[in-house]
Amino acid sequence: MIDKKVLDEHNLTEEEYRRIVELIEKEPNRTELGIFSVMWSEHCGYKSSRVHIRKLPTEGRNVVQGPGENAGVLDIGDGQVLVFKIESHNHPSYIEPYQGAATGVGGILRDIFTMGARPIAVLDSLRFGPLKSPENRAIMDGVVSGIAGYGNSIGVPTVGGEIYFNECYSANPLVNVFCLGLARKDKIFLARAEGIGNPVLYVGAKTGRDGIHGATMASAEFGKETEHKRPNVQVGDPFKEKLLVEACLEVMDRGLILGIQDMGAAGLTCSTTEMAAKGGLGIEIDLDLVPQREAGMTPYEILLSESQERMLLVCTKENVRKIQEVFAKWDLDAPIIGRVTEGGQVRVLFKGEVVVDIPVEAVVNLCPAYRRPSQPPSRLPSAVRMPLLPVPADIEDVFFRLLASPTIADKEWVFRQFDHMVQTNTVFFPGADAAVLRIKGSKKAVAMTLDGNPFYAALDPSTGAKIAVAEACRNLACVGARPIGVTNCLNFGSPEKPEIMWQLEQVIDGLAEACRAFEIPVTGGNVSFYNDTEGVSIYPTAVLGIVGIIDDVRKAVSPGFKAEGDVILLAGENREELGGTEYVRVIHRVETGAPPRIDLEREKRVQEFCLKAIDAGLARSAHDLSEGGLAVALAECAFHSRGPVGCAVELDDPIRPDALAFGETQSRILLSARPADLDRLTGLARAAGIKLSAIGKTGGADIVLRHRGRDLVRVPVEDAYRRWKDSIPRFFRARSKGEA
Amino acid sequence: MRFGVVQFPGSNCDFDAFYVLKQVMKQDTVMLWHKDHDLQNVSCVVLPGGFSYGDYLRAGAIARFSPLMREVKAFARKGGLVLGICNGFQVLLELGLLPGAMLRNKNLKFLCQYVHIRVENDKTAFTRAGKAGQILRIPIAHFDGNYYAPPRVIAGIENNRQALFRYCDADGNATGEANVNGSLHNIAGLMNKEENILGLMPHPERASEALLGSEDGRVIFESIVRSLSSRRSVRAKAAGKRARHD
Repeated sequence: MIDKKVLDEHNLTEEEYRRIVELIEKEPNRTELGIFSVMWSEHCGYKSSRVHIRKLPTEGRNVVQGPGENAGVLDIGDGQVLVFKIESHNHPSYIEPYQGAATGVGGILRDIFTMGARPIAVLDSLRFGPLKSPENRAIMDGVVSGIAGYGNSIGVPTVGGEIYFNECYSANPLVNVFCLGLARKDKIFLARAEGIGNPVLYVGAKTGRDGIHGATMASAEFGKETEHKRPNVQVGDPFKEKLLVEACLEVMDRGLILGIQDMGAAGLTCSTTEMAAKGGLGIEIDLDLVPQREAGMTPYEILLSESQERMLLVCTKENVRKIQEVFAKWDLDAPIIGRVTEGGQVRVLFKGEVVVDIPVEAVVNLCPAYRRPSQPPSRLPSAVRMPLLPVPADIEDVFFRLLASPTIADKEWVFRQFDHMVQTNTVFFPGADAAVLRIKGSKKAVAMTLDGNPFYAALDPSTGAKIAVAEACRNLACVGARPIGVTNCLNFGSPEKPEIMWQLEQVIDGLAEACRAFEIPVTGGNVSFYNDTEGVSIYPTAVLGIVGIIDDVRKAVSPGFKAEGDVILLAGENREELGGTEYVRVIHRVETGAPPRIDLEREKRVQEFCLKAIDAGLARSAHDLSEGGLAVALAECAFHSRGPVGCAVELDDPIRPDALAFGETQSRILLSARPADLDRLTGLARAAGIKLSAIGKTGGADIVLRHRGRDLVRVPVEDAYRRWKDSIPRFFRARSKGEA
Repeated sequence: MRFGVVQFPGSNCDFDAFYVLKQVMKQDTVMLWHKDHDLQNVSCVVLPGGFSYGDYLRAGAIARFSPLMREVKAFARKGGLVLGICNGFQVLLELGLLPGAMLRNKNLKFLCQYVHIRVENDKTAFTRAGKAGQILRIPIAHFDGNYYAPPRVIAGIENNRQALFRYCDADGNATGEANVNGSLHNIAGLMNKEENILGLMPHPERASEALLGSEDGRVIFESIVRSLSSRRSVRAKAAGKRARHD
């Protein structure tokens, strides 16, 4: 009997239940209800976001595959394509940080190699609560170890990413994992069932009871009791996945399969129904043929299990033997568990009986889409004026404190736990503006970055979203790459709160406008709702993963100063903008005001200038100005130099000295160049219609920043470097001594 | 002259070693499948980095049972050159071809970073293209690279000059700070007494192209190539002599 209680357990409303009955023309049994519950969950069905994400631009010259498949595909010429996507694994990472993060990596890798691409890079966007709390440190330690444990073992380098810290992420850490793969354009595979009567093969790990209702779990708020949800988190086996990668790529390369889908959220249910729906056909599977890890599993459990490292293949009968031989070589079984059928039903057999018989279309494509009520907060955060802030007497002290602020401080403690060099393509390591990987056998390189400052978006979601796009493109421009495509991961609180829906709408409007301005298509992404614990929502956090191309990898530029005596240039303008900055948050404890303004046309001109300067070989280093502003950017250029190379800079803009040093005005890039190239650079800037100022010189052992004849900062590079370098390790050292 | 890179399930630096040998060093190179019993007439066997069999038990503990290891052992005992990199080093320890064992890194974390290592002896098949005292900048990437052996074994290693590379600072001093993983005597690379087997924790295949940040790893590959060509010419001469005597 299906009553209100059963529906509640399945996170379905009575309205949704009525719709199910109408669509399948019968009362569903429990197993069928379970299938609808996961496929119509927010996580799989995008029911609150679908009407909004449609506004994002998805078309472009290079797009081979837009949203709707496992990942987006972009043409990069020479018969090659890039396959990439980002996904969240927030809820599992809070409940069980190591496995939550590890299986997040495993899941996104499968999305990429399912399409026929060899994964070549992983990047992570992470959000944690402040590190002074032992719980937050434990979460961060677990998440970082989990990403390392999976990625290092499978041999895909983790080449970059970003990390922010804020109280709102204390019980809601965010783990967004991006993966990019490389494939031949003529060897792309889709999650599509083909050919009536063709066999359906199951490959990979056996099915167990782990992860049942993971997708449903990720579609509800957490209360106080999350302990009991720990069994909902799956356990990853990177070795098994490594075998799967090799075996799958081998059968794909030999052209032995027709369609393939990984079993991610909602496991066997999702993969079978989606493959059937995309092929416009039906599918029939026999659960007795499904390899199982434990005895006595019910059809409900087998169908909804989210055991990791499993895939579903469709092939012709003739190829079954050859496929099974390849999998046997990699010590994997590939049993037939069903076949493609006519008529569009998904039928599931168990001990000779039909336990599921429902139309795939209803399950996959007729999930209700809601335009949930949306309403701006009664008082917009950006409308609350910042209090009048005193200019600190000691700018140098502020400079040191900002360098040690975990959001700005060096992340090497994290990145050296990740193998960022395996596959020998990594040209720039984590810490550069964007990760750069050469493409073997060509002159080209691919550049990638993840960006999503949540503090701007908290004040003004639309502006925050635009800045995230602009900053990601700027990061690419700083290494010399032109952006060609976008994936995004949108993390929000509960969509049942009208102000959260307002945030979503604002963010999507901002993203759509910025992506159109940069002419970059969105080829896929992920929306993660219900990032609330005990009623507190996270800041709206839109993480942009933008991919770019460098035509000649030898021209790529890194942020570090290259030599003494080079001229330091600032492209863009300094304005008095303090709202949303790391400076006002850390030093003045202020989280109100308007974020920096963003003029997308101006931004494009600055980036175009930077790209031209790099292409002409005139820029020896380039670095974008972001958190911590000019002073921190200068320091980072010094830290990333081999030497180290100091700098002396003087400006006379008529603005507050703290705004000059730490303001986060957008559309600014710091470059260094040989003095002899200054004239040509000035010419390029004039042609681009941007302001370019020679503001100082590299060299010496100090970082010197002067404003209107007065020293704001004059410190040895070494001292600043120590503050920046030691900040994050210190938190973890304290813990290991038990001083927490 | 031919190189063979062994592929275990879970190897993940197999393609990297293959690429450097074939594309950068321009050597005839083949992949060797762990389930085979055929070394395909190679003159040097490379055991690559990775997580063979997932390394869930102990790094390299299962790989030593792979079928091909019977041939690799016989090849090594006959004096064939064997280079084990990272997981390959761990497999060599498990096979008993090199003494000692690997513990977890002293900070109990995976470490991926550039290190400096010092060439201790330039008279070996693996270092003849370098100079004693030369400092190489090569990355490491491992969780279990903290070399350990009982005192008597360590004494033997030092007496026989089997420690071919040591972790050092940029100036060549084998300090405690430079010894990032905690290895005894800063050992980064270890040979057998006969000097035909080398286990190396750093990854020379990741440091063989300027574009990727360092070419220092080529010293090791170049040394092997030189050693093999001189062996070949010695063998050719010997064969020539025999021919004349006949």
